[in-house]
Amino acid sequence: METVLETRNLRKVFSAGSREQVLAVDDVSFTVGVGEKVAIIGESGSGKTTVAKLVTRLLAVTSGQIFLDGVDITNARGNTLKQAYRKMQMVFQSPIDSFDPRCTLGDGIAESLRNHGATKAEAQAETARLLTLCGLRADFANCYPHEVSGGQCQRAAIARALAIAPQLLILDEATSALDVTVQAEIMALLNRLQQELSMSYLFICHDIALVQDFCDRVLVMKDGRIVEEGTAEAIIRHPQIEYTQMLIDSVL
Amino acid sequence: MSEISVRAPKIRRDRLKRKLYFFSTVAALLILAAFFSEYLCPYDPYEQNMSLAKAAPSAQHLLGTDRYGRDMFSRVIAGSFTSIFSTLALVCFITGFGTIIGIFCAWMGKWIDTVLMRLADMFLAFPGLVFALAVAAVLGGGVHNAIFALAAISWPKYARLARSQTLAQQELPYMQAVRMAGSSPLKIIGKHVLPNIAGPILVTAMLDIGTMMIELAGLSFLGLGAKPPIPEWGSMMSDTRNLLATQPWVTLSPGFAIFFSVMIFNLLGDTVRDWLDPKNRR
Repeated sequence: METVLETRNLRKVFSAGSREQVLAVDDVSFTVGVGEKVAIIGESGSGKTTVAKLVTRLLAVTSGQIFLDGVDITNARGNTLKQAYRKMQMVFQSPIDSFDPRCTLGDGIAESLRNHGATKAEAQAETARLLTLCGLRADFANCYPHEVSGGQCQRAAIARALAIAPQLLILDEATSALDVTVQAEIMALLNRLQQELSMSYLFICHDIALVQDFCDRVLVMKDGRIVEEGTAEAIIRHPQIEYTQMLIDSVL
Repeated sequence: MSEISVRAPKIRRDRLKRKLYFFSTVAALLILAAFFSEYLCPYDPYEQNMSLAKAAPSAQHLLGTDRYGRDMFSRVIAGSFTSIFSTLALVCFITGFGTIIGIFCAWMGKWIDTVLMRLADMFLAFPGLVFALAVAAVLGGGVHNAIFALAAISWPKYARLARSQTLAQQELPYMQAVRMAGSSPLKIIGKHVLPNIAGPILVTAMLDIGTMMIELAGLSFLGLGAKPPIPEWGSMMSDTRNLLATQPWVTLSPGFAIFFSVMIFNLLGDTVRDWLDPKNRR
């Protein structure tokens, strides 16, 4: 299978003060194939979100390499990075905070379109189309983030991520700030979008139950390392290590 | 009981609104009066008439005349132009300059941030008016030099404020989304950072108008601001201070003008701060 994302030996060290160092991500290598849905699960502090931020270049890696669609983006800056963001987009954990409080949802969705050369009218039409695609009325474009509910806002955030038709969508705990029924709706939306647009998903989550029907492959992280890898089915039925068993038990 | 607790914030906000309208109207009138001061003076503020020197307030000369026989009422009105517009120019300049430096530091980080912020610390370490005195003395008198001297000492406050506010914005989740939208740093600053940090900076600037007005008048009083024939409240007080015992109105009228203007701008600043305070939001 062709790969859209590949990481090799990613490491991230945070230094707090001069002496104290925290190894947040240690030697993480994985691939995401075209059209594949991969989940990273693990407890809080296991380094899942850091991996997402490293892959999206929102954090600089300490060492290791990241390839997006065959291009090394480990140290990409400026225009190279801007082009990389055409291929991958992210949906963040807290939907309301992921929009500028002083801009409307429409502004937020249109921003990437405008940055990649769409005219104002084109961006507006596209924003309306995207909102409808994500199950919102087009007039949500005129709302401010604090005026809508978390679920609606997350739909708008998904619309924003889809705006420039990325090949890879990274979802960082995209449903954990929402209540259970809304969570199910968002998962259904993501499932539908994946079938319609055949994107790849990198799904970062602490809830194994949420990913079991959804993802092709699951990576289990603990203390910054990938400790287990396999299909969702195999991981849940026959976890190889105690930690994975614990994650499963905690939700079932 | 419950009705009262629900209504209280609304009443407070209504009162705040009335206060805001009142003070901004008075401040606007003051600025308008300063702008049209030329047409509002009943007499030429420069015209001397020795036969009328040191006259007490009367129907012809509402605030009397100074020792050259110039009409004090006209001079106080004419002085508002220099005093108010120099202050506004000064505050606009330090706000703009300080904000640009602050955002730049926060954005660049690393050694640029360190160097500029240590420089700002150095300026902050000096007692303000003393440093301004030294700068004005080196540059010589004149309103422009007084503005420059005070600007040199006053920008670091805004640089620090803008820097900390920008750093706080950079930590917010929406900033990552904006970066992933492929926006250039200039666009991010102009469209997202500036509107989000403008509130506290504007409030600081409003509250600074009064302080700056007093400091400018202080420099003029010490002979380092506006040059004597030009009517300016600080230098007018300095000119006439030895008449305080015998003809107090010539010293007190510019003094009262300073007091009144500073009070209005300070009260307006306070009201704007309360208005923008999230605790007073609906």
